[in-house]
Amino acid sequence: MRLYLRYFAIHVKSQMQHKASFFLTILGQFLGAFSAFLGIYFMFTRFNQVEGFTYSEVLLCFATVLMAFSLAECFFRGFDAFSSMISNGEFDRILVRPRGIVFQVLASKVELTRLGRLLQSVLVFAYAIPASGVPWQMDKVVTLLLMILCGTAVFSGLFLIYAGLCFFTTEGLEVLNIFTDGGREFGRYPFVVYGKPVLLFFTFVVPLALFQYYPFLYLIGRSQNPLYMLLPLASLGFLLPCYALWRIGLRHYRSTGS
Amino acid sequence: MITLENINKTFRVARRSAGFSQAVRSLFLREYEAVHALRDVSFTVGDGEMVGYIGPNGAGKSSTIKVMSGILTPDSGRCDIDGLTPWKDRTDHVRRIGVVFGQRSQLWWDVPVADSFELIRDIYGVGHADFARTLDELVETLDLAQIVRTPARQLSLGQRMRCEIAASLLHNPAILFLDEPTIGLDAVSKIAVRQFIKKRCREYGTTVILTTHDMQDIEALADRILLIGKGQILLDGTLDDLKKRASAVRTITVEYCAGSFSPLLGLTQQSALDGRAVFAVDTSVLSVSRAIAHLSAGAEITDLSVAGASAEEMVVSLYEEFAI
Repeated sequence: MRLYLRYFAIHVKSQMQHKASFFLTILGQFLGAFSAFLGIYFMFTRFNQVEGFTYSEVLLCFATVLMAFSLAECFFRGFDAFSSMISNGEFDRILVRPRGIVFQVLASKVELTRLGRLLQSVLVFAYAIPASGVPWQMDKVVTLLLMILCGTAVFSGLFLIYAGLCFFTTEGLEVLNIFTDGGREFGRYPFVVYGKPVLLFFTFVVPLALFQYYPFLYLIGRSQNPLYMLLPLASLGFLLPCYALWRIGLRHYRSTGS
Repeated sequence: MITLENINKTFRVARRSAGFSQAVRSLFLREYEAVHALRDVSFTVGDGEMVGYIGPNGAGKSSTIKVMSGILTPDSGRCDIDGLTPWKDRTDHVRRIGVVFGQRSQLWWDVPVADSFELIRDIYGVGHADFARTLDELVETLDLAQIVRTPARQLSLGQRMRCEIAASLLHNPAILFLDEPTIGLDAVSKIAVRQFIKKRCREYGTTVILTTHDMQDIEALADRILLIGKGQILLDGTLDDLKKRASAVRTITVEYCAGSFSPLLGLTQQSALDGRAVFAVDTSVLSVSRAIAHLSAGAEITDLSVAGASAEEMVVSLYEEFAI
């Protein structure tokens, strides 16, 4: 952990070298996320409810997914940008350092500019947490925290799959963005609004609904089933196949260039 | 002690002809070709040896270095470096080696070099006192005092390479792999780098394996040469062995103002024009110095050059001999 902080310090120093670019990117990220927020806002000026969810409830859902995604992107960026690490030989350097490979990939990139999105989600939470009418007792607070943390883990798992596939293709597979960026965009609304097949897919294949939909029902009081509160933990199981794919990819690694 | 036994490595490379239609075709129908990067590569290197690893581009030099540094896993064969197998005991192994890739940087681009050094210290878990001692020494011998406070992106290539070498030695490795350490450097920087490597090897008994295309590197540094071509080790010996293997014919070009040349066994005149003559000397019959003495006895020589004697030319003739 101390070593991670050392890496972190280097990234902060590096990114501070280009101050203008740093702040503009944060601003850009913030505005990008803001447009998604506006989308929800205008939707609800037309309709009062979507599938029975109120405006502030949807905002709560939106903020959860956005925060989970931006945390994953901020700290697991190394896997997201993994194809470039392979093609520019940075990964060779990782292999000749006496530390864990996953750790080094994690530490090799920290994208502080994603703080723009994080800030957005904090602001939306600041509005939605009191406005949603949820009685914030201990169990609800724990549920929300689980949703955010496990959400971060699931998105990280997706990045890990993406990275694992890079071992075979060298180039990244943009198709996976359907689940990462797409997951973030779809995840603005509880998955049930997209219909049963989509919900089932995001429950059993890519378990985004396990941290976004079911615990959300518990959070807003639509379900009293305490099991729903703990479902985010089940989504952590998704990390196992992700890691396995990564290990298989690692065995296939064949460096590039001279 | 480094031992490689029958190391094989094959890559699958996608092939297609140039052109747009072929590019589209390859999207659906890929043709693969197996490229044997390494075929039964075997050699041993003792502790404290300096080995020059040469061969044309694509011969397998970097692949061998990557196998020995644990980056690549070979298809078959055994590699034992001080009791460890690089791709199996990766973390224990890499603690004991330093690797410099001449074409790639290990420094963090936007921060002063000193910050990179400190992070490397933490990665390897080097104690603060040891680190300070090593760093002082490296800063002094590589003349880095002026540049460690500069961000890596603002350094010249020569300055950066000196920092790269220092970065690879901060944990005092027993073995140093240098992959084209002098590529793109000016004459002064090259000499500085060579002198440093030599000194380091002598004082610390560091085993050094370097790949290079620069024969002066080899002449200055390597006691022993490994020649690789098309993935196979073709020659393993000293620079002198290499010289013996290389073609025995030297070309002497002389410029003269008066006199003429009498014939001599082993000396063949190839051309003579306007006070300039070219001779081929078969050194198996006649030494170059005897030939020169003979030539200067016959005519007043104003200029003279001998070709075919440099390491560079020897290697070219070897590449030709092995058809690589």
